[in-house]
Amino acid sequence: MSEKPKFAMYWAASCGGCEIAVLNIGEKILDVDANFDVAFWPVAMDAKYKDVEEMPDKSILLTLFNGGIRNEENAHMAKLLRQKSQILVSFGSCATEGCVPGLANLSSREEVFAAAYDSITSDTLGIRPQYSYEVPEGTLTLPIFNTIVRTLDQVVDVDYYMPGCPPESHQIGAVIDLVIQVLHGQAELPPKGSVIGAGGSTVCDECGRIRNVKKITKFRRLHEVAEIDPVLCLLEQGILCNGPATRDGCGALCPAVGAPCAGCYGPAQDVVDYGARLMTAVSSVIDSNDPKEIDRILDDIVDPAGTFYRFNLAHSLLHASKTAVS
Amino acid sequence: MSQDTHAEDKERIGVYVCHCGSNISATVDVEDVAVWSKDALGEDGVVVSRDYKFMCSSLGQELIERDIQEQGLTRVVVAACSPHLHEQTFRGACNRAGLNGYLCEMVSIREQVSWVHTDKVAATAKAKAMVAGGVERVIKNEPLEPLHVPIHEHTLVVGGGIAGIQAALEIADSGNKVYLVEREASIGGHMAQFDKTFPTLDCAACILTPKMVTAGNHPNIELLTWSEVERVDGYVGNFTVTIKQKPRYVDTDLCTGCGICWEKCPKKVVDEVFEAGLGYRTAVYTPFAQAVPKYPVIDPDTCTYFLRGKCRACEKLCPTDAIDFSQTVTYKTVTVGNIILATGFDTFDARRIPQYGYGRLANVFTSVEFERMCNAAGPTNGDIVMRDGVSKPESVAIVHCVGSRDRNYNNHCSVICCMSSLKFAHLVKERTGARVYNFYIDMRTAYKDYDEFYQRLLEEGNLFIRGRVAEITDAARLPGEEGKLIVQAEDTLVGKQRRVPVDMVVLAVGLEPRHDAAEVAHKFGISCSSNGWFIEKHPKLDPVATMTEGIYVAGAAQGPKDIPSSVAQGSAAAARVLSRINKGEIELEPVRATVDAQKCSGCRICNDLCPFGAIIFHEDLMVTEINHALCQGCGTCVAACPAGAISGSGFSNEQVMSQIEGLLAFSLPNNLIELVPA
Repeated sequence: MSEKPKFAMYWAASCGGCEIAVLNIGEKILDVDANFDVAFWPVAMDAKYKDVEEMPDKSILLTLFNGGIRNEENAHMAKLLRQKSQILVSFGSCATEGCVPGLANLSSREEVFAAAYDSITSDTLGIRPQYSYEVPEGTLTLPIFNTIVRTLDQVVDVDYYMPGCPPESHQIGAVIDLVIQVLHGQAELPPKGSVIGAGGSTVCDECGRIRNVKKITKFRRLHEVAEIDPVLCLLEQGILCNGPATRDGCGALCPAVGAPCAGCYGPAQDVVDYGARLMTAVSSVIDSNDPKEIDRILDDIVDPAGTFYRFNLAHSLLHASKTAVS
Repeated sequence: MSQDTHAEDKERIGVYVCHCGSNISATVDVEDVAVWSKDALGEDGVVVSRDYKFMCSSLGQELIERDIQEQGLTRVVVAACSPHLHEQTFRGACNRAGLNGYLCEMVSIREQVSWVHTDKVAATAKAKAMVAGGVERVIKNEPLEPLHVPIHEHTLVVGGGIAGIQAALEIADSGNKVYLVEREASIGGHMAQFDKTFPTLDCAACILTPKMVTAGNHPNIELLTWSEVERVDGYVGNFTVTIKQKPRYVDTDLCTGCGICWEKCPKKVVDEVFEAGLGYRTAVYTPFAQAVPKYPVIDPDTCTYFLRGKCRACEKLCPTDAIDFSQTVTYKTVTVGNIILATGFDTFDARRIPQYGYGRLANVFTSVEFERMCNAAGPTNGDIVMRDGVSKPESVAIVHCVGSRDRNYNNHCSVICCMSSLKFAHLVKERTGARVYNFYIDMRTAYKDYDEFYQRLLEEGNLFIRGRVAEITDAARLPGEEGKLIVQAEDTLVGKQRRVPVDMVVLAVGLEPRHDAAEVAHKFGISCSSNGWFIEKHPKLDPVATMTEGIYVAGAAQGPKDIPSSVAQGSAAAARVLSRINKGEIELEPVRATVDAQKCSGCRICNDLCPFGAIIFHEDLMVTEINHALCQGCGTCVAACPAGAISGSGFSNEQVMSQIEGLLAFSLPNNLIELVPA
C-alpha cells in the first residue's frame, strides 16, 4: 500500500468537458500520478460507490467535484465526498454556478421532462421516468429528479472554487503544481473559500481589443454582423459580450477570435448577481433618451436570461424562476 | 432594562420606533414593534428598544443621546419617517453623544409603511421586517467623516433677466464679486420688453432700468453680455467656467454709446428678438434705448460689410474710432464658488397651432408682439393698431392658454397669462375703447391684489367667455362677419357654440423651457424635469437649490413664474450663495463612489454615465477614477459597473445584502419559496 495522498474526481450534472480538460494538461498528469494515488475517478478507473463509502472519513486529500446537483444521486455523492475529503474543490462552472444545466431552473420539472421525452424523439408515448420499477430480478430505482439544479456549495461546504467551462488546462496545471508544492511544504494553501485558477479582475483585462466610451444604438448577434472589426471592443460593435462582468483567467480566448465572451469563468470577484450586473451595465450604455427607442433597442436582445445568466442562474440571487419551484 | 450577557465583539444596538403623532401609530403597532425588536433581534445585538411619540423632538433625541452614553450603544436604528427629512437630525443626536452619525440608520416606516398600507397587522409585520433589515445593515455601517471643501467667494450668475439681475445685485451689495453672463447684447430679459406690469400697472421700464443701471455700474459686478458659458469644470466651491464672448465689433473701451453708428447705419432689418418681429433695427444696434451696457453690437449676419465686403459707414462716422471689424471670439476663464442659473424661458410658438392662424391671418398677434405694441418706446409708440399700422381695432379677442394646459402642446399652466391677458384687456379698453373678449378656460388670479384686478376688469365692461377657442378664421359665414376675424369657441357656461367676429386677436402664448435648456442643464450638471424645466432640490422646502451642490436656479428657468416670484427666487438664491460664502467652507456628505483600481479592467462602461462629470479615465493605465469632490454619491456608476469594481461608501454590497437578508428573514412566510427538493 502506497503512502501517497489520495486524489478523487467526480462528475455530477455535467457534460464531461471538465474531465477532458484535466486530461488535457498533458504530461503534467504524470505529476499527478507521481504525487497522488487516484482513489476514485469514474471516468478514468473502475470503482463503486460502496468503495468510497468504505473509505475512512477525510482519507482523500483532494477531490475535484464537477457538475451541478440535479438529482438525489448527485446530492448523495456530494455529501459522501465531502465527508471523505480534506479539500473539496468545486471544479468548473456546473459545480460552481450551475452552468447551462442550471438554465432548467427557469422551467418546472414537467416542462423539463416534456422537453426531454416528448420533443426530442418522434415517440409520443408520454413516457416519464419512474423512480421505482418492478422487474423479475427485483426493484429498480432511479434517483429523485430535484425541482431545481443547485450548485455544490448550496448542498455541502466547499473549500475552493475553480471556475470555467471548462477550466483552462494551464490553470488546472498551475493549481496542481500549487497543491504539490503545498504537499512538499514549499507553499501554503490560499484561504478557504478562495477562487483558484483564475484572476481577480475581468476578461477585459486580458482582452487586447481597443475600448472607447460606449454608446450602443443596436444589439446584433454574430450572424447579423457583416464584418467584425478585428481590433474594436465587441460590445461597442453591438455584440453582447459578457467580458466586462466575467472573471479573468481564460486569456480572453473568445474575444480574441471575434466571438463574444459568454461568461463561462463566472462573476468577477465583487459581483453579487452576475446577470443583474450585466443587465444594468449594458442598459446603461444604450445611446438614447427616448423610452420607446430604448425598448426597441432592447428588443434586439434575444433570450436575455440565456444570454446574461447562461452560466450563473443557479447561483444567482433568485436561484430559479417561480415557475420552476411552484 | 436588563443588562444581560452581551458578547464583547457584538455591536450594541439601540432601536427607536417613532409614533409620529398618529401618522405611524394609527397604522403600525409601534409598541409591539419596539418590544419585538429587542426580543427577536437581541441575538443581533439589539440591547435597547423604545417607542416614543415624536422621536425628532428634543426629548426624543435626548433619549437616544442618553442611551448612547449610559448603555454604550455602538449603533442606532431609528424607525420613523424618510431619511430625507430627519437623517441629519438623528445623525446630529448621535454625534452629540459621541457616536459617529453614520452609525445611525433610518428605517422609513411612515412613507414606506403607514402611509401606504391600511391593514394594521400586515403593516406592523412589514415594519418589523424593515427594522430587522435596518439592524442587519447598521451592523455593517462604518463611521464616515464629512468632506470639507473651501468656497471661492466669487459667483457666476447666468442670465441677465430680472431674476439674474436681482441675484447679482444682492450678492454684489454684500461685497462679493459676481460675473453676470448674458447671451444678448443687453441685460433686462423679457421684462425689458413690457410696457406695464400687472396688477399695479406700473411701468416696467421705470422699475427695471434702475436695477439694470445699478448692475451695470456696480463695482462688484462684471457684466459679460453678448456672451455664453461654454464649459464648466470643477465642483462646489471651486468651479472653473469658460465663457465665450462673441465679437461685438465695437471697442467698449472707446465707445461712448453716442448712437451715431446706429443712426447712420443704412441696413434696416426686422428685429425678431426684442421687437418680436414687429419693428426694425439696424445692423449695428442696441436692443433698446436703455440697454445696459450702452455699447452696440454689429450683427455679422445682416451687416452689409460682412455680407458684401463694403460699407463701413459706422466705422467712418464713429467719432471715437470704436468700430473694430477685426474682433474675433474670445474666451474668458473665471473661478467661482457658486453658480446661479437664471436663464429664463422661451415663449410658445403660436404657429404650432395652425387653426389659430398666426403668421397667416395678419391681425392675429402674439402676446409678445402686443407687449411691444403697447410699449411707448415700441414700434408703434404705444398705439394699439392693426397690422397695417394705422387702423384702430373696434373689437379685440384675447385668447388665453395658447400652448398651455393643452395636452397637444404643454400640460402645464404658464401662470402669467391670465394676469397679462387682463392687463392687455385693460390697455385695449383704455387706449382704443374697443370691445374686448377674453376667451379663457379658468381664470387663475391667485396672489396678492390679482383677483382685485380681475374684478376691476369685470367692472370696466370687458367680456369673458369661458371656453377654449377652436378656430380663428377669416372665412365669413354669417352676416356681420365679412372682413373680420371670427373666433369660434364653445361657451361652456351657456353650453353653445359662439362665433365672435373681431378686428384683432391676441394670443396669450405660454411659457416654455428654453429650447436649449437640456443642453444647459447638462453643461452645469443639473437635471430637467420631463417637461424641460430645471429641477429644484425640493419642490417646497428647497426651491432654488439643485441636486448638484453649488448650482442654484432662479426665475422662470425653474418653471413658469411672474416677476415678483422671479425676484424673490433671485434673492433666495443669492441668500443661499451668501450663506455659503460667509461660512467659507462646506461640509459634504461623504457618500462617494470609489473605484478599486485592481478590479477595474477599463471596460469604460461607466465613462459616460456620470451626471456630474466626476469620472476620469486614465488611458495609460486603462483604469477609471472618480473625483470625490465632483461625485455626489448618486450611485449610477456603482450600479453600472459590470465588474463590481465601483463601490459607494455607505452603500457597500455587504450593507445592502445584509439589509435584504434582514428584511426577508422576517418577511411574511408566504412571500418566500422553500427551495428544498421535493
